[in-house]
Amino acid sequence: MSDVRIITGNEAAALAVTLCEPQVVAAYPITPQTKISELLSEYVERGTLKAEYVRVESEHSALSVLIAASTTGVRTFTATSSNGLLYMHEQLHWAAGSRLPIVMCCVNRGVAAPWSIFNDQQDSMSQRDTGWIQLYCRNNQEIIDTVIQAYRIAEEVYVPVMVCYDGFILSHTMMPVEIPDAAEVRRYLPPYKPHTFLEPERPRTINPVFFPWRRQNADGVLCDGYMEMRRKLQKGLEKARDVIAVASSDYAERFGRDHGGLFWTHRVEDADIILTGMGSIAAEATLAADLLRNEGVRAGVVGIRSYRPFPPGLPAVLRNARLIVVFEKCFSYGYEGGVTSDLKASLYGTGVDAPVIDVIAGLGGRDVKTADLLGAVREAMKSLESGDRACRTVWLNCREEE
Amino acid sequence: MPGAFYWVCLVPLRGMYRWSGIMHEILWHGRGGQGVVLASEVLAEAAYLQGYRGVTSAPTFGPERRGAPLTASTRIDDEPIRTFSQIALADIVIVLDELLFGSVDIGAGLRNGGILIVNSARPPENFRLPDKPAARTASVDAAAIAREFRLTVGGAPVVNTPLLGSLARLWDRISLAGIERGLAFKMPPASAYNNYQAVRRAFEMTVVGDTRHEQT
Repeated sequence: MSDVRIITGNEAAALAVTLCEPQVVAAYPITPQTKISELLSEYVERGTLKAEYVRVESEHSALSVLIAASTTGVRTFTATSSNGLLYMHEQLHWAAGSRLPIVMCCVNRGVAAPWSIFNDQQDSMSQRDTGWIQLYCRNNQEIIDTVIQAYRIAEEVYVPVMVCYDGFILSHTMMPVEIPDAAEVRRYLPPYKPHTFLEPERPRTINPVFFPWRRQNADGVLCDGYMEMRRKLQKGLEKARDVIAVASSDYAERFGRDHGGLFWTHRVEDADIILTGMGSIAAEATLAADLLRNEGVRAGVVGIRSYRPFPPGLPAVLRNARLIVVFEKCFSYGYEGGVTSDLKASLYGTGVDAPVIDVIAGLGGRDVKTADLLGAVREAMKSLESGDRACRTVWLNCREEE
Repeated sequence: MPGAFYWVCLVPLRGMYRWSGIMHEILWHGRGGQGVVLASEVLAEAAYLQGYRGVTSAPTFGPERRGAPLTASTRIDDEPIRTFSQIALADIVIVLDELLFGSVDIGAGLRNGGILIVNSARPPENFRLPDKPAARTASVDAAAIAREFRLTVGGAPVVNTPLLGSLARLWDRISLAGIERGLAFKMPPASAYNNYQAVRRAFEMTVVGDTRHEQT
């Protein structure tokens, strides 16, 4: 019989971590992530999670501890939000550059200033170029399943994975979640076997200064330079495209739940009006699409699950699109929303020339209802029907200065 | 065999039915420390155990302070829930502290024709909402019931669980048996038993106001 519990997103994440049996956990509490670190310390105290729980004085230290631990070849976990993630920024690069398969939950929250504890995705989106894989979840079931998949992905391509989900909206909302069977998780995710690790018996220097040119090591072997190492990081993320898809399909076979690989779709087969986004807003968009369908509009949703690596398969799904509306909870100041930029770039030269309307929504936790999404799509459709094919950015439910 | 006109009419209706007919939204008003969130969680458990596949229970998003007004919300649906936005117009509003009427616009969150349940020793006629004439109103002295069953925390009566009994009385989609099982999921057996006795008493003691508008 399946074990279904009605739990918050944070509890789903903490249970997933327990099932993955990491040996070292280090986290610093920050709203709305705090419950994960509290639960994990409780599990360690109770003995249901046999891990070393390292209490740290900051997020920078939390990730530093994991970098050290992961370098010795163990499975690790941390979680944070917002300014906590920003405080980790330097170590994010360090973890990815060192090719350490660390898994972290980012419980998405707006960043200061002005101060906000509420949800948007500016925190993780602003860490786009750190070399981490970023996966976004649309409900609590997807959170528990994605955290488990994240370890499998990270340990196969040696790239750290950030599992992102919306603060409060998912982290604090309870919903039914099927808890995967622990034995089956062990079969899906065997114990971590690092290809290289640091141990006291074989002392080595890892990540010394690299010069712009390639150099011979002490044994006379010509080694890769900085540029080759960074190229390999990109190769790791390129490989991750297939690995994420396989991790997802294998998971679906074992556990009966398929959340999609790099992206998921909702009623897109004959759709010419495409709504897209990441996380809970994409789930909300499926309701808007259903309502449009009831009116005879051929609407569908493409939910982007993996932001990095960015899915290369989107143009094929969007080939019949007359209009693309992107809902996003972040902004690249001075330009437009980050998902929109990437989506437009991926369509370049593919023959898909539908206008892309960039709808910025829900910043700092501003409520976004299905009706709001519906209104934005209707507005975009009206423009298109009047012959206006311009791409534009719209700030939804935001007072404009006179 | 229905004609084409029948299908033309049915298609949009079906959409509207799916939208407004199946998902039920319950908004809880209380104060920090009154167990508003727990009541919402027990309701979600009860509904799930009764076969609803989609349930969510959410607290007010943000920091919570003891004694400050706060809300929790429960959504119940036949299908898994895909909306996580704030409830605009609830089908049912439950108020744990009647003094909140003085500081919070309770009526603003209730749809006309919905159900309003108030923890109060006063009869439900005192809580009629002028702008929601079709709403059904009920009241129950949950504090007295809590004291009767010695449900107190720091001397204050625990009014959250008794109100679930009032809900079952007013709304036939949730049964006393469902609430009993929901309570068993959320608390140790002795507490669950005690709380359930209070739920049953509230079910009996709830005073239902004007019932001219039975449809919900």
